[in-house]
Amino acid sequence: MTRRPSQFTKNKLPRWAIWAVLAGALILGAAFSALLGFSLVTMSLFAAIFFVVGGTAASGAVEGSRKAKDRLATYLIYGAFIVAVLPLLSVIWTVLERGLPGMTSDFLFRSMNGLTGAIDNQTVAEGTPVLGGAYHAILGTLQITLWATIISVPVGLLAAIYLVEYSTGGPLSRAITFFVDVMTGIPSIVAGLFAAALFGLIFGPGTRTGFVAAAALSVLMIPVVVRSTEEMLKIVPNELREASFALGVRKWRTITKVVIPTAISGIASGVTLAIARVIGETAPILVTAGFARGINLDVFGGWMSTLPTYIYYQIITPTSPTSTDPSIQRAWAAALVLIILVMMLNLAARLIARMFAPKTSR
Amino acid sequence: MSKRIDVKDLNVYYGKFLAVEDVNLTIEARSVTAFIGPSGCGKSTFLRTLNRMHEVIPGARVEGEVLLDGDDLYDDAVDPVHVRSQIGMVFQRPNPFPTMSIRDNVLAGVKLNSKRISKSDADALVEKSLRGANLWNEVKDRLARPGSGLSGGQQQRLCIARAIAVSPEVILMDEPCSALDPISTLAIEDLINELKNDYTVAIVTHNMQQAARVSDKTAFFNIAATGKPGKLIEYGNTADIFNMPKEKSTEDYVSGRFG
Ligand SMILES: Nc1ncnc2c1ncn2[C@@H]1O[C@H](COP(=O)(O)OP(=O)(O)OP(=O)(O)O)[C@@H](O)[C@H]1O
Ligand SMILES: [Mg+2]
Repeated sequence: MTRRPSQFTKNKLPRWAIWAVLAGALILGAAFSALLGFSLVTMSLFAAIFFVVGGTAASGAVEGSRKAKDRLATYLIYGAFIVAVLPLLSVIWTVLERGLPGMTSDFLFRSMNGLTGAIDNQTVAEGTPVLGGAYHAILGTLQITLWATIISVPVGLLAAIYLVEYSTGGPLSRAITFFVDVMTGIPSIVAGLFAAALFGLIFGPGTRTGFVAAAALSVLMIPVVVRSTEEMLKIVPNELREASFALGVRKWRTITKVVIPTAISGIASGVTLAIARVIGETAPILVTAGFARGINLDVFGGWMSTLPTYIYYQIITPTSPTSTDPSIQRAWAAALVLIILVMMLNLAARLIARMFAPKTSR
Repeated sequence: MSKRIDVKDLNVYYGKFLAVEDVNLTIEARSVTAFIGPSGCGKSTFLRTLNRMHEVIPGARVEGEVLLDGDDLYDDAVDPVHVRSQIGMVFQRPNPFPTMSIRDNVLAGVKLNSKRISKSDADALVEKSLRGANLWNEVKDRLARPGSGLSGGQQQRLCIARAIAVSPEVILMDEPCSALDPISTLAIEDLINELKNDYTVAIVTHNMQQAARVSDKTAFFNIAATGKPGKLIEYGNTADIFNMPKEKSTEDYVSGRFG
């Protein structure tokens, strides 16, 4: 038995129609692109335009103008999404493509110590695997970022706690908020110069160590930590604080045991994002930690490299000025390591957020 | 373990705004006292002054005296935290701690203060408090589950269990049933009737029948107009307030003619 069509249904474009429009758009796109000398880019561009116009027109003819507008908006949003994602994918693709060949155990676990231009020349001449690696830079990145985190997280966390839990909007809290806002906008090289000048004043000019770099990075990190923590603390419902007070719990215990645990997942991901933001800084590291070719495990003495400065030097001053390929390969591999580090941080943030998230399941 | 409260010449402010003016009343030990009145007349505000929760709000302050068995809560030397551990509170919206299990919610008053408690004592306290809140049978098999996974009525009873676990002298309740269905409401009313054997209970309610059912004494608050301070209009035995009120406005209110 067939049901009579519901009185609510209107004309609807059959499902195959949109595929037909797509096919037509692709063919037309190919044709137009061939006029300009065929390329995949122009073809997809033309096809996209034809598809949006054709799809909207077909829908307008059959389904009416409201549906047509709906489709147009949907297509435009998909288009915007593709435009936004393409560069990202292309970055990842390029880095993978160029970085993977350099990802040898040699690269990951050797420094550049004793690696001269002559060795690179020989590698190129004989076609043997590229020697020398970024072990020292990976260690440097981890150490400097770790110290920057050790400095920034307590300062940022306590400042945010003061702002949200203790201040009553007085001059001090307004001053803190103002300076945090200003600090958010500081160019990173300025933070580097500041740290270099500060430590230069105290320990004599030209003091360059990993710790100075960590101080510079924490200037960049603190405002991010303060801001994100502040937002997270603000969304903890006041009812929970009151419930805790009403049980005769002191304010600081309420903060450490109720407010922070409730907000910890957000705070943790805020901190991780702050780390991800500074881990790729180049300029402030150059002026504060200098540059090293070998492993330095002492953040308080001696120059140090990080992955970004390593990449920078490999590109700007290749180890062998005549055969630059090994240096370029090392730079791309270092870029890949950096991206992997940042991705692992983001993943860690998600894991932490999930681990600490308030449990609501039954 | 239950004490009486005497309130003397109490004025309650939010900054410059006088929210409640000149309240004098006595809440007897081991009894249930209901506060009724139209919205905005200052019932919640007044209730929160009884355990110094009022001053948690920035700018809020109090003039006058609140005596717990003769000791002034608002003496300069009094630690408000100490007051709150003796006078517990249950809020309008159930607010179990979302990061804690049912068991930890009940033990919150102990654990948040980092008091040492042996596992067997803790187990006993959890069971006693949950039984006291009529919730034990419903949750005894899932004590380790999060408290926010319970139904609204169960959450509210969990909050009551949490409040009685610190063995206070007095329990204050601000519209504890306003977010609940009739069955949960009945469960909580039964519970209030049992609680008064051991505790002094003060409850704010918008529900006249509820006030009539659970309370021994009733206080009627009213405001002359918005922006004016709320005042205690009439205070007496619940039966008298509902059957033969002395004030005209009380009669109008309890008979449902306004408010
Ligand atoms: N945090 C606050 N800051 C300033 N004024 C407030 C605050 N809370 C309440 N008030 C004011 O105090 C007065 C009394 O409010 P309160 O919440 O005590 O009323 P209520 O009797 O509990 O009302 P309801 O029955 O609607 O809960 C109202 O005029 C209200 O606007
Ligand atoms: Mg209220």
